[in-house]
Amino acid sequence: MSILVDKNTRLLVQGITGREGTFHTNQMIAYGTNVVGGVTPSKGGQWFEGDDKRVPIFDTVKSAVEATGANASIIFVPARFAVDAIYEAADAGVDLIVCLTEHIPVLDMIAARAYLETRRITLVGPNCPGLLTPGQAKVGIIPGNIAMPGNVGVVSKSGTLTYEVVDALTRRGIGQTTCVGIGGDPISGVSFIDVLQLFEDDPETEQIIMIGEIGGNAEEQAAAYIARNMTKRVTSFIAGRTAPPGRRMGHAGAIVEGGSGTADGKIVALRQAGVTVADHPDQIVDLIG
Amino acid sequence: MNLHEYQAKRLFAEHGVPIPDGKVASSPAEARQIARELGGRVVVKSQVHVGGRGKAGGIGLANTPDEAEAQAARILGMDIKGYKVRRVLVDQQAPGIKQEIYLAVLIDRAARRPMIMASAAGGMDIEEVAATTPEKILTVHIEPALGVRGYQATYLASAMDLPRELWRDFHKIVASLYACFQANDASLTEINPLVITGEGKLLALDGKMSIDDNALSRQTRLAEMRDTDEEPPAEREARLSGINFIQLEGNIGCMVNGAGLAMTTMDVIKLFGGDPANFLDIGGGAKAEQVTTALRLILSDPNVKAVLINIFGGITRGDEVARGIIEALAQIDTAVPLIVRLAGTNAKEGMEILAEAKMETAVTLSDAAQKAVAAAKRGAS
Ligand SMILES: Nc1ncnc2c1ncn2[C@@H]1O[C@H](COP(=O)(O)OP(=O)(O)OP(=O)(O)O)[C@@H](O)[C@H]1O
Ligand SMILES: [Mg+2]
Repeated sequence: MSILVDKNTRLLVQGITGREGTFHTNQMIAYGTNVVGGVTPSKGGQWFEGDDKRVPIFDTVKSAVEATGANASIIFVPARFAVDAIYEAADAGVDLIVCLTEHIPVLDMIAARAYLETRRITLVGPNCPGLLTPGQAKVGIIPGNIAMPGNVGVVSKSGTLTYEVVDALTRRGIGQTTCVGIGGDPISGVSFIDVLQLFEDDPETEQIIMIGEIGGNAEEQAAAYIARNMTKRVTSFIAGRTAPPGRRMGHAGAIVEGGSGTADGKIVALRQAGVTVADHPDQIVDLIG
Repeated sequence: MNLHEYQAKRLFAEHGVPIPDGKVASSPAEARQIARELGGRVVVKSQVHVGGRGKAGGIGLANTPDEAEAQAARILGMDIKGYKVRRVLVDQQAPGIKQEIYLAVLIDRAARRPMIMASAAGGMDIEEVAATTPEKILTVHIEPALGVRGYQATYLASAMDLPRELWRDFHKIVASLYACFQANDASLTEINPLVITGEGKLLALDGKMSIDDNALSRQTRLAEMRDTDEEPPAEREARLSGINFIQLEGNIGCMVNGAGLAMTTMDVIKLFGGDPANFLDIGGGAKAEQVTTALRLILSDPNVKAVLINIFGGITRGDEVARGIIEALAQIDTAVPLIVRLAGTNAKEGMEILAEAKMETAVTLSDAAQKAVAAAKRGAS
C-alpha cells in the first residue's frame, strides 16, 4: 500500500508541451507512471511524442478526463495560469491535483482553497515537488532513482531537502511507502496533519519522517496532532536553526506568532510530542534504523 | 515587498481611511517648508523599512517650522536598525490623542483566510500587550467570497468598547483597510495607531503595508514603488536574476537550490564549526546564466574563503549546473576553493563535467560541509 498515488493512478499533465512539462513527463513515464493524457489549450488533437510513449493532448481537462478516465492531474503551468488550471482540474472531477507551480499569489490560493473545500478533492502544493510512491508512480519531480519501496512515509515542506533525506534512506537500504512534498507556500493544499493521518491509516507505513522549516506554525500544529492521534513513530528535521531572524515591519507577525515559528520553538514542540528530532538530515537514518 | 509609511497611508487614503495631511522631505529645508504649509505643528517621521522607529528615536514632534527643520536634521541620516534614513514624512499633528487603537488585516496561514486583528490598547507597546494580555487582541476571519460583514466590524467596535458615535466611521475604516488589502495583493495592511483625536474623530497616524511578491507582476504600480535604496546592491542584483540571496557575516559562501536545503546547508556548516557567508537559493530550473550570477555574487564578498555548492536536482538539472559553474569560472578569476555536490536529476552527467574540470566534489551533505569548513580554515590561516 501507499498513500495518494500508486499504480492505479491515471495521470494527466496540464502544461505537457512546456519545457518543464515535457522533460518531467518523460521522466514520469520512464519511472512507470501511467500518464494517460496531456492538456495544452489550442493543441488538442496533437500527440505528445515522448521518449517511451505517445500521449494524446487535449484542449481541456474535461475532455481529457472523459477520453482517458484520468483520476489525477499534475500542473506544470506558469504562475499566471496555474490557479485557473487548479479550478479547471477540480471542475473536471479528478480526485487528486498536484500543483508544482511556484509564485502563485497568496490571495489567489486562499480563494482556490476555499473553493476546493466545497468538494472532495485533494490538492498537493503549490510550489512543491509532488509525490513519489517508489516502484509504482512518480507524480512530480522527485528523482525516481533516489527512492526505493519500503515502509517509511516521508512528508516535507521543502523540495530539495526531501530528496536529501530520501536519498540518505535509500543509500542505507531503508525504503519508503510514499514521499510527499506538500510545499512551503503560506497557503497550500494538504497539510502535515492531513498526510500524517493518511500515513497513520496506511497499513504498510511503519514509521514517518516529517521535514519542516522555520516560519508559520504548521509544525507546532502537527506536534499537537501527533501527541493526540498518532501511534506510529515520527522522526523529524527542522531546517533553519541558524537562519538570521527576518526584520519585521509591522507588529502583526510578532503578535500572531509570539515565540512560535522559530526552529527552536518547533523542535521543542515536536520533542514534547514524543518526536525524535535530528540535528542534520544525514542523521535521520541513524535515528530511525 | 515592503512599502514606506507614506506610500501605505496614501493607498489607505485611496480606499477611504482618514490620514493626516503630510508630505515627504529629503532635506531639513524641505521639511521646514512643508511644516510651514501645514501650519507649523507637525510630526517628523523617518521612512525606513523597519518597525519600532519611534522607540529608536526616529519620530520627532515639532511645534514650529524651525523645530521641524531641526528634527529633520536630526533624523535624516540616522541609522535605524541598519537602515539609513534618507527621507522623512512631515505630517500634521493630530489635534490631541484620546486613545490609540491597533487595526490590521493579515493572512492567517492556519485558518487559510485573511484575518482582521484589532485592539483598544494600540500604540508602540502592542507586542507587550499581546504577550501579557492576549485577551486584549481581537480577531475575526474574513470569508474571501463575502468580504468584511457589518456584524464583524460591530463585534470589534463593541468588544473594544469604542464610543458608539464612532462605530459608523470605524466600520468604514475596517472595510476600507480590507478593500485596500485585497485590491493591492497585500500580505499586511496595518494601522498602529488609529487614534481617537481630541476632537473625537478617528485618524490613522501610522501605516505599514507589505505586498505579496508573487503578485507584483500584476501590481505594476506598486512594483514601481519599490525603494531600491533599502536593498543592498547584491541582493537587488540577485532579485533581478530570480535568485534569493541574503548576505551574512561568515566566510563560507553557499549556493543551493531550494530554500529548505539552503537553510539546511547553512545549519550543517554551522554544525561542523563553520560560518556561512550568505543564504542563496538559485531557485528551481536554474540555468547556467543564473549559476554564473550566483557565483559572482558570492565571490564579490571579500570575506569568502570557500564556496559550497550543493545542488540536488529535481527541476534543476545537474549537467546545467555543472556547465554554469565551469562557465562562471571562465569569467571569474578566483583562488577561492569550490566544493561541489550534485545529486538527483542528471547528477551523474554533471559530476562527469566537473571531474573533467578537476573540481573538488562530495557525495553527501555532511561530507561537503566538512570539506568546505576545512577549506575555509586553510584559506583563513
Ligand atoms: N501625526 C501625529 N500626531 C501626533 N502624534 C503622532 C503622529 N504620528 C505619530 N504620533 C505618535 O508617535 C507614536 C509613534 O508613531 P508611529 O506609530 O508612526 O511610529 P512607529 O515607531 O513606527 O511605530 P511602530 O512601533 O508601529 O513602528 C504614535 O504612537 C503616536 O503616539
Ligand atoms: Mg506605529
